[in-house]
Amino acid sequence: MNVLEADGAALLKAITKLLSAKGVLTEAEIAQQRSAVDNAPPGQGARMVARAWTDADYRAQLLSDGSSAAEAMNIPMRGMPPLGVLENTDEVHHLVVCTLCSCYPKAILGYPPYWYKSAAYRARAVRDPRGLLAEFGTILPPQVKLRVVDSTADYRWMVLPRRPDGTQDWSIERLAAIVRPGDMVGVTIPTTE
Amino acid sequence: MRFSVGDEVSVRNDWPEKRGPAHIRTPHYVRGRKGRVVKELGAFPNPEDLAFARPADPRQLYHVTFPMRGLWPDPASNDEVLVELYEHWLEAP
Repeated sequence: MNVLEADGAALLKAITKLLSAKGVLTEAEIAQQRSAVDNAPPGQGARMVARAWTDADYRAQLLSDGSSAAEAMNIPMRGMPPLGVLENTDEVHHLVVCTLCSCYPKAILGYPPYWYKSAAYRARAVRDPRGLLAEFGTILPPQVKLRVVDSTADYRWMVLPRRPDGTQDWSIERLAAIVRPGDMVGVTIPTTE
Repeated sequence: MRFSVGDEVSVRNDWPEKRGPAHIRTPHYVRGRKGRVVKELGAFPNPEDLAFARPADPRQLYHVTFPMRGLWPDPASNDEVLVELYEHWLEAP
């Protein structure tokens, strides 16, 4: 049978029963894991970023151990791949892709947008990243090094974007409100407009 | 062999998928290319065995940067690609 033509719901049920029968995972563990991703609140990554912008200790923790920094914000990371966070500066901009499949920091950001899994995004992110970014309206100055992060293995990568100018007196809630999922994979840059 | 931050490395120019079923986490575009280790990421079970439910030994994982100009024929910039690679794919250049 061709897996693409299979009844997905029946296949899921069969695999779930097999995993459970073989003692790999219980049905409750699977349900818990699915629920953690299904219910990842869209704003939780933005709150991590806003806190890192306003709290130097948290920023250091986020950059050295993303998983513990997520747990510090009550985001469940048990059973999730380790989270790595890469900082954008005035010298380097990070863009996250998974050329081999669709690895994405789901524990933090929920499910990826449809284009993240497209063959076009995955190929062009490594082959023509500045051209790709321009289509998202992101033009990097030539002196800024673009570092494309290909999520090939055990980590999930997230970007800590630069804090926009003119936000010095903003509250953490107001800062979090301007951070979009695209900013946290580097296709866009937070803006105050 | 173990590598350290700052080491120049070559990625093995190997194509196991041509020899039979394989699960490879080393992208095509870096095989046979030179890069530099920027971080040690810890050890993880070898996914090439894990994917086939075989016993999977832990392998050191490294973050390795590759200059774009070493990967593509029209390399204008100083941009780079950062890739997670397992130790058994790396060798001294």
